[in-house]
Amino acid sequence: MTETLARPGAPARADAPLLEIEDLHGWYGESHVLHGLSLAVGRGETVALIGRNGAGKTSTLRAVMGLLPRREGAIRLGGADILRLPRHRIARHGIGYVPEERGIFASLTVAENYELLPRVGPGGMSDDAIQRIFPNLRERRGAYGGTLSGGEQQMLAIARVLRAGPRIVLLDEPTEGLAPVIVGRIAAMLTALKREGMTMLLVEQNVHFARTLADRFFLMENGRIVDAFDRSEIAAHAGRVAEIVGV
Amino acid sequence: MTDLFGVPLPVLTGQALIGLFNGAFYALLSLGLAVIFGLLRIVNFAHGALYMLGAFTAYLMGEAFGLPFWALLVVAPLAVALFGALIERFLLSHLRGLDPLYGLLLTFGIALVVEGLFQYRYGVAGRPFAAPPALSGVTNLGWLILPHYRTFVIAVALAVCLGTWLLIERTRLGALLRAATENRPLVEAFGVNVPLLLTATYAFGTFLAAFAGVMAAPVFQVGPFMGSNLIIVVFAVVVIGGMGSIGGAIVAGFALGLLEGLTKVVYPEAANVVVFAVMAVVLFFRPAGLFGKPA
Repeated sequence: MTETLARPGAPARADAPLLEIEDLHGWYGESHVLHGLSLAVGRGETVALIGRNGAGKTSTLRAVMGLLPRREGAIRLGGADILRLPRHRIARHGIGYVPEERGIFASLTVAENYELLPRVGPGGMSDDAIQRIFPNLRERRGAYGGTLSGGEQQMLAIARVLRAGPRIVLLDEPTEGLAPVIVGRIAAMLTALKREGMTMLLVEQNVHFARTLADRFFLMENGRIVDAFDRSEIAAHAGRVAEIVGV
Repeated sequence: MTDLFGVPLPVLTGQALIGLFNGAFYALLSLGLAVIFGLLRIVNFAHGALYMLGAFTAYLMGEAFGLPFWALLVVAPLAVALFGALIERFLLSHLRGLDPLYGLLLTFGIALVVEGLFQYRYGVAGRPFAAPPALSGVTNLGWLILPHYRTFVIAVALAVCLGTWLLIERTRLGALLRAATENRPLVEAFGVNVPLLLTATYAFGTFLAAFAGVMAAPVFQVGPFMGSNLIIVVFAVVVIGGMGSIGGAIVAGFALGLLEGLTKVVYPEAANVVVFAVMAVVLFFRPAGLFGKPA
């Protein structure tokens, strides 16, 4: 799969990162929001971007998806340059995107929201498998997206991405504004997904949630990565995390 | 003879039928405008010119190739839809993200250019266009005289409106359109080719206008300005139904045609203004239109 997407002359190695971001700059109009960001996400790895509001975490994901108006640098998926692709062709390289505020369409039913995303790769989860994880989806098929609770919207946002068969899932604050019981269910579901080898790039303010999932952490501040460490090093960096994130 | 409110029943039903016939064009045209406005946020002032282009294309193709009405009813709108796709791809696509006023001005300009060129080439006189022989004549039911061609137009317009409504409300393609109306960049980021969807939507709206134009040709004659008068009423219909509302455009189109027809019986002097009077009342009480969602 990777080889077919790589540019000629730049074949991806099996051990090469799946997603590579190199010296990424991003702007909203005149506002320079990302300042030379570099990070890599390996196959099967879960990487968490943590930082305060406005640190540039969401902008990083939006830059990958082509939703930032102006970007410079390099973004590669499986070795193929995706920075200069038209926006609608980026996800087709195998990216599943669970945006901030979930991106559920209020005027579409649950079933329509669920089936909206085009397939972006082989091996999407079957409807039955997804229904087992989120039984509510079947019960609420005919309900409009705008009538769902925050937890239901988040589950639907994740479910439709899994159906599309991505190689990597970008999750933007999946626990924001949700009750602890729902956060627990989403954590369990994402942990199961991780065990199955899904690659994930997670943006979180909830450091406790990120710790249950992530293999590596990138600490962001003012559009820059200011620290990076492995799961095993988290205790040693607790002070730095508390200083930056405020918890 | 049976009277209703002092009016002979065949006269009343006859006017109602004429009203529904006019309403069929209001519905088809306002439906196209609603589809285009819903996704592209463009108030398509070229719609009347595209309606005229449908009629003229059918007329010219009929003259040149001797094609029958049934073939022209399909081929001419398809040709005009292709023209619409080119307009969207090469002109309107450059206005994305700008104030809707720019789209309004550009399409108004396109209408002036297209109508001007046809006036220059063919003059202002209407040209006759024959209805298919199979649909000539009338059936007298006693309480209603049923002209076959007009009845055909009403039935086909209803079917096309219903089909379009089903397409938008009940298919995945329609769900994509509705989702793109809500949040176009996000739908694009999910991997949907939204630029292609926009071009196809404008082409489809154009097809509806041209289709209405071909059906209008046997009754109203073919002339460069056949769309420019009609389009003013159609914009009023769209406002009454609710800008961008598919169901609103269809219901308001037929209902206002019927109202206009019946007003001709009851108070003929008001027939030409009744739609605008309704618009004023609707705007006063429901500024977003009968079926529109408040902004």
